Amino acid sequence: MQLTILLATLLILTVIGFHMGRSRAVSTAVSGIGHLNSLPSYYGIYVAVWCGVPAGVVLILWLLFEPQVVETLVVAGLPEAARTLPENKLDLLLNDIRNLAVGNIVSRDVDPEMQRAADHYASIRRMGGAAMIGVVLALAVAGIGFGRKAISPELRARTRIENVLMVFLIGCSTIAILTTVGIVLSLLFESLRFFQLVSPVEFLFGLEWSPQTALREDQVGSSGLFGSVPLLAGTALISFIAMCVAVPVGLLSAIYMSEYAASKVRSAVKPLLEILAGIPTVVYGFFAALTVAPFFRESGNLFGIGISSESALAGGLVMGIMIIPFVSSISDDVISAVPQSLREGSLGLGATKSETIRRVILPAALPGIVGGILLAVSRAIGETMIVVMAAGLAANLTANPLEAVTTVTVQIVTLLVGDQEFDSAKTLAAFALGLVLFFITLILNVAALSVVKKYREQYE
Amino acid sequence: MTELSTNTPKPRDVSAIVTAGLAKRYAAERRFRAFGIAAIAIAVAFVALLFSSIIGNGYTVFVQTHMRLDVELSADAIDPKGTRDATVLARGDYAGLVKGALRERFADVKKRRDKRKLHGLASQGASYDLRNMVLADPNLIGQRISVWLPVSDDADMLIKGHIPRHTGEGSRRISDKEIAWLDALAEAGDLETQFNVRFFTSGDSREPELAGIWGAVVGSALTLLVTIALAFPSGVATAVYLEEFAPRNRWTDLIEVNINNLAAVPSIVFGLLGLAVFLNFFGMPRSAPVVGGFVLAIMTLPTIIIAGRVALTSVPPSVREAAYGLGASPVQAVFHHVLPLAMPGMLTGAIIGMARALGETAPLLMIGMVAFIVDIPGSFTDPSTVLPVQVYLWADSPERAFMEKTSAAIMVLLAFLIVMNGAAVYLRKKFEVRW
Repeated sequence: MQLTILLATLLILTVIGFHMGRSRAVSTAVSGIGHLNSLPSYYGIYVAVWCGVPAGVVLILWLLFEPQVVETLVVAGLPEAARTLPENKLDLLLNDIRNLAVGNIVSRDVDPEMQRAADHYASIRRMGGAAMIGVVLALAVAGIGFGRKAISPELRARTRIENVLMVFLIGCSTIAILTTVGIVLSLLFESLRFFQLVSPVEFLFGLEWSPQTALREDQVGSSGLFGSVPLLAGTALISFIAMCVAVPVGLLSAIYMSEYAASKVRSAVKPLLEILAGIPTVVYGFFAALTVAPFFRESGNLFGIGISSESALAGGLVMGIMIIPFVSSISDDVISAVPQSLREGSLGLGATKSETIRRVILPAALPGIVGGILLAVSRAIGETMIVVMAAGLAANLTANPLEAVTTVTVQIVTLLVGDQEFDSAKTLAAFALGLVLFFITLILNVAALSVVKKYREQYE
Repeated sequence: MTELSTNTPKPRDVSAIVTAGLAKRYAAERRFRAFGIAAIAIAVAFVALLFSSIIGNGYTVFVQTHMRLDVELSADAIDPKGTRDATVLARGDYAGLVKGALRERFADVKKRRDKRKLHGLASQGASYDLRNMVLADPNLIGQRISVWLPVSDDADMLIKGHIPRHTGEGSRRISDKEIAWLDALAEAGDLETQFNVRFFTSGDSREPELAGIWGAVVGSALTLLVTIALAFPSGVATAVYLEEFAPRNRWTDLIEVNINNLAAVPSIVFGLLGLAVFLNFFGMPRSAPVVGGFVLAIMTLPTIIIAGRVALTSVPPSVREAAYGLGASPVQAVFHHVLPLAMPGMLTGAIIGMARALGETAPLLMIGMVAFIVDIPGSFTDPSTVLPVQVYLWADSPERAFMEKTSAAIMVLLAFLIVMNGAAVYLRKKFEVRW
């Protein structure tokens, strides 16, 4: 609430700054506004930038770093015994202090020490909040004053504004790089912590996955084994089933649509296929778990074959349906990029349409189609919700599609949803799996994009 | 020469060979065509199956079974001292009143176990409804009123036909006795289905008949607001920079490679990023729409950038040159002329990106938007959930009635997606300029 008012005030100040700057510019131009270096509104924006940007930057920095700073201060004020607690206990204590300060329910008895800490916390937050409001508003007003003072007919307001704008544009375009760096660093950092607990050799080549770490020495079934091979095998199996569905259906429908179908059929069927692309994956997951998996189980029972209700087949089939539009739209693009002259040459030699497609167009389009399929595989590997809802949790190392397998993404979700503690191998394992996932998909994507790019250049 | 001429068949022979193979080739042609048609038919059949299975399971959610009971709003149970104070009224024993009304209605039920079953016919929501009625009009106290109250989820499922009546008693969640009571109510005209307001106005609940999607809708709206506020300006700025101003060098190549890769990174990885950076490093609140918005913004950014660049390239260079000719600076040419012309294309891309963000689940699971939350979120930092996560949560619940809720939530989600994609198509058709 406080923040909303502050933002509104800042916005109003910025607007006031704009108007002050503009009228100031007009009034300084004694010999008519034609003698100003820039249009009057640029002077307005100049003052508004001085008012809003420094104050806004301070506000954002404060919002980002306030929790850590307050926490450090509160911890520093705690008695010695509390400060040396292990990290997770300290977190609990801090949480209680926070709750006590805002008047929520606290999970332990309140002793005077804690009450003091909570008061300390509340007072730091109050002071910090007041100081921040003061600093932000002072900066805004000072910015207006400074900007207004700088206005003269010679001030190159437009150039200045354009420079600021360019900095903003460049800043925005580096977000993409920052994101990649952020992904790699955060995954790498947590994975390194994981590899201090579990050796990379065991992680990469171990054949057993059972991430429940034992709380007691003699606990049964909680061995804490982190071999990722069964997960990768399960992922590969489900992705393979998905591709067995998606590639023939997607490719053949793309061929039919681009080479055979009348434009009326095309304009009716294409949106239908695009619907498949727009359906959220959680819907596919529900469909797989509710309709497809029971159907397979029942029909298995009918023939006396035991099909698990979380079989790889159900998940893979539905994932394949999800990928059909992806394969078909890429194949469509690629096939229509094949030059018309190839088609005409083949037809002119007396080949039938299907012979032309099979012997001329498909070979010519093959690199592009392969690239598209690689992208589709990468999507299948990274797909989460369908397998979370329809595939199993137990890590079976099997190639039988009728059994339940688990995948990398399923394990990431199960390890991270629910209570987490950030020093256990169990939680950190999710980040190591994420790193593996990121690199596999990255390699597939780079390979696919370079294949497609080369193919495009060939016919341009 | 002579060798060649002896081996070359005479023209008549060639046409004979071709004619002989023709039938086979035409058959192959027909087969190939049939394969194509079959592929399309399979895809379309899947669409039909998906929609019919979801609509078939979910359409009944729009109504909720209610029963008419005569409830004695006795002052003893609600307000024994006659203070008419709202806090006292809110604490009254309304569940007891509902139970009493049921026992009165079926006076022949004597055994304790049967009585408990009888009480189970009414939903917990029945007592909430009574309480709200009394709070709205305290004069009702002491009166005997006839009200429509919601029935429990199992009874509702039976009336809607999702629980088969004729299977053995052991294999369904509702006993023969309960069915008999419900039939008696129905015969007396005291059982009817009414429009299910609760589903569209309340938050999540452990009781299927009380669970609604409004909390998830609000959570989705808040999350998407953050997403669009962050992703659209920065996406447009990036597109403008790369397309209009950026020099061709290593740095811009690197940016482009990054954007293309990010577009294909699995969404769950963005969730891991959000967990490690926003929650653990910056200490942002768990389950909050603001963090969800951040993660989804990063995820949709590539879509918006790519669509934006396509929109910018489709504006012909003559527009820029005309602006330069009239004395505009490059920045002015772009921001006064090119960008407004490219805006419809950019908005279309943004809407499609938002539609994708609306349907995204996995990254939000990572940042804790998967908690059970009853309250409707009121701000960007309140714990909340979103529509697809609500679907996931309900799909995990074992009660049959939640299956109906899940399908209904999916229908609502798909309705939003259809509206958004429709808006994108409309924008494209309406503002598309052919240069």
